[in-house]
Amino acid sequence: MTKGILVDIPKCIGCGSCTVACKLWNQVDFDDRYPSSGKEAVLSDKNWTIIVSCEVIDKESRPAWRFIKQQCLHCQQPACVSACFSKALQKNSDGAVVYYPHLCVGCRYCMVACPFDIPRYEWDKTFPLVTKCQMCSIRISQGEAPVCVMVCPTGAIEFDERDSLLKKAQAKMNKDSNYIRGIYGEKEVGGTGWLYISDIAFDQLGFKTNLGSDSLPIYSHNYLKYIPGIAVIWGMVLTVLYYYSKRKKELLTKNQELEDSSDNKQEKEVIREKSFETSKDKHN
Amino acid sequence: MKNDFLPWRFTITKPRMMLLFLAAVSTAIIVFRLITGFGLVTNLNDNHPWGFWIAFDVLAGVALAGGGYSTALIVHILHQEQYISVARSALLTSLFGYILVMAGLFLDIGQWFNFWRPFVSWGHSSVLFEVFWCLSIYTTIQILEFGEIVTERVGVKFHAWMKKLMPILLIVGVIFPTLHQSSLGGLFLIAVYKLYPLWWSSFIPIFFLLSSFFVGPAMICVESIIAGRAFNHDISTSVLHGLAKISSCAMILYFVLKIYDLSERGILRLMFTGNIEGNIFLIEMIAGIILPVGIVFSKWGITKKGLLSYGLLVSGGVILNRLSIVFIGLSKPGQGSYLPTVWEVLTSLGLVAIGCLAYCFIVENFRIFADKDNKKIYLKNSA
Ligand code: SF4
Ligand code: SF4
Repeated sequence: MTKGILVDIPKCIGCGSCTVACKLWNQVDFDDRYPSSGKEAVLSDKNWTIIVSCEVIDKESRPAWRFIKQQCLHCQQPACVSACFSKALQKNSDGAVVYYPHLCVGCRYCMVACPFDIPRYEWDKTFPLVTKCQMCSIRISQGEAPVCVMVCPTGAIEFDERDSLLKKAQAKMNKDSNYIRGIYGEKEVGGTGWLYISDIAFDQLGFKTNLGSDSLPIYSHNYLKYIPGIAVIWGMVLTVLYYYSKRKKELLTKNQELEDSSDNKQEKEVIREKSFETSKDKHN
Repeated sequence: MKNDFLPWRFTITKPRMMLLFLAAVSTAIIVFRLITGFGLVTNLNDNHPWGFWIAFDVLAGVALAGGGYSTALIVHILHQEQYISVARSALLTSLFGYILVMAGLFLDIGQWFNFWRPFVSWGHSSVLFEVFWCLSIYTTIQILEFGEIVTERVGVKFHAWMKKLMPILLIVGVIFPTLHQSSLGGLFLIAVYKLYPLWWSSFIPIFFLLSSFFVGPAMICVESIIAGRAFNHDISTSVLHGLAKISSCAMILYFVLKIYDLSERGILRLMFTGNIEGNIFLIEMIAGIILPVGIVFSKWGITKKGLLSYGLLVSGGVILNRLSIVFIGLSKPGQGSYLPTVWEVLTSLGLVAIGCLAYCFIVENFRIFADKDNKKIYLKNSA
């Protein structure tokens, strides 16, 4: 079954424990260029997850802070997986979208394809790799929650079956009218493994709210599915054209050919002799 | 200075010295890049994962090399033999174009020792997978096609075989480029929320295909007029004008389809918003399409100057299109824009220089510029 993670945005206090735990578990260095939490936090090859502080105006029109956890959203129909031409990105049946470095060619098409701009690249290495959150796939396969969920002191992130998380989120929204209606990630680009609920409109928190509910791999598929057919038909058309126009040309040039038919014969003979020779070579 | 000792000729002139120098610089940068990664040489970053090498070497390179398949289609498949005089040089340019594209791709991928992976680990849901296979197969086919020319001088006994193989090679050699030219556009289908809507379109594969078709004759005009001067091989302007007219029809179709597509999606006005995307798009359309079509169908269309400017405008327009898709179209709002470093540009120029040198070498040593007598021979052999 597909696992998911629900982020209850108002509950997050922005302590950044998850970002530290992520580095420890995945053995990723501290990034001395970009912070992993705070206002300036940026995802990078060393920051697989970040907590971004957003200054907003709350329902009572008071200034307030909200803290947004960012990482790969582990799409239900991941664009990056469908874009990878060497299967270096694959989606597990439990929902984690996992990167297999030894298969990666380094074309970075996954970075172009991801609608959330998640995958990062090790620009400073000789043999750079793509980096992104792997949803602690090894822990998940052993029945444990991802490490960021484990360490969250407020329970703002919760790990469970995606379906039951959707139900839980719905229940929370029904109970508490402070939440705005709508779960981010329920429908976006076909649904994502990470789900968010919030008391502030998502577009004010830096979420991309222009994404439709179509899955993105469909766009490539709807193009690629025609390719074999087109190749065959186009090939037949070209063959017909080739012989048709050749025939036409021949009829047109017949007279001209009759004129120099004598050297034509000679030449053909030469060719025939040659091919005879070569085939003889082959037999020997 | 001529080299008369070896059986091969290669004249050394001043411009060629320049090209050699560029090629050397470029090779040095490539080696440096392969050893140190991208950080020191390029301006690529997480917001701009694709840059000059993909845009110029690969996207523009493949389009400009489209001359090979468009002339193959016109001359060999439709048997319009009045254009035979440009067929071989178009094939040659195209072959070098593809080899350079492969070189450009190779230096742009991070795990270059892993370049063969997609041959065994099939990510067939990716448009890039299709592009990769088609590019590889088509380059091989072009080398075989070129074998027909080479065996006129080396390995002569295979020449008759090569001749027999030609029809198959020619037909397959038109199918594959048709597919990957459009697939290069198809790469961007999945970037529906990322590519600026003036360039993103569900028709983008068709746009890429059409533009690669009409830029072919434009490149041939540029190449024949310039090479014609250098090698004293005069191609009649009527041949070039005929090709330019075919290409102009494709351009008109392209233009109409573009306008239809934009108005269908209700975003025609995006062109005129005065932002950088809109302005570049307007330049692309006016200088790259409308103007050259106008030239071809006016009285300048039959002059060398007119054809040369048609050729330069169209090729420039296509290059601009590919560059602006990657540089501007894919830029994320508020994340700055990408400009290549001088090293990135030098590397690509050097690759082009290597191509030009190889071209000169081949032209001096093989029968590329067919003349009247050759035409007769061709007619005889194909009969
Ligand atoms: S968020 Fe991006 S990187 Fe993560 S699964 Fe979705 S498409 Fe892939
Ligand atoms: S960079 Fe690697 S993981 Fe990403 S699409 Fe290319 S081969 Fe796949």
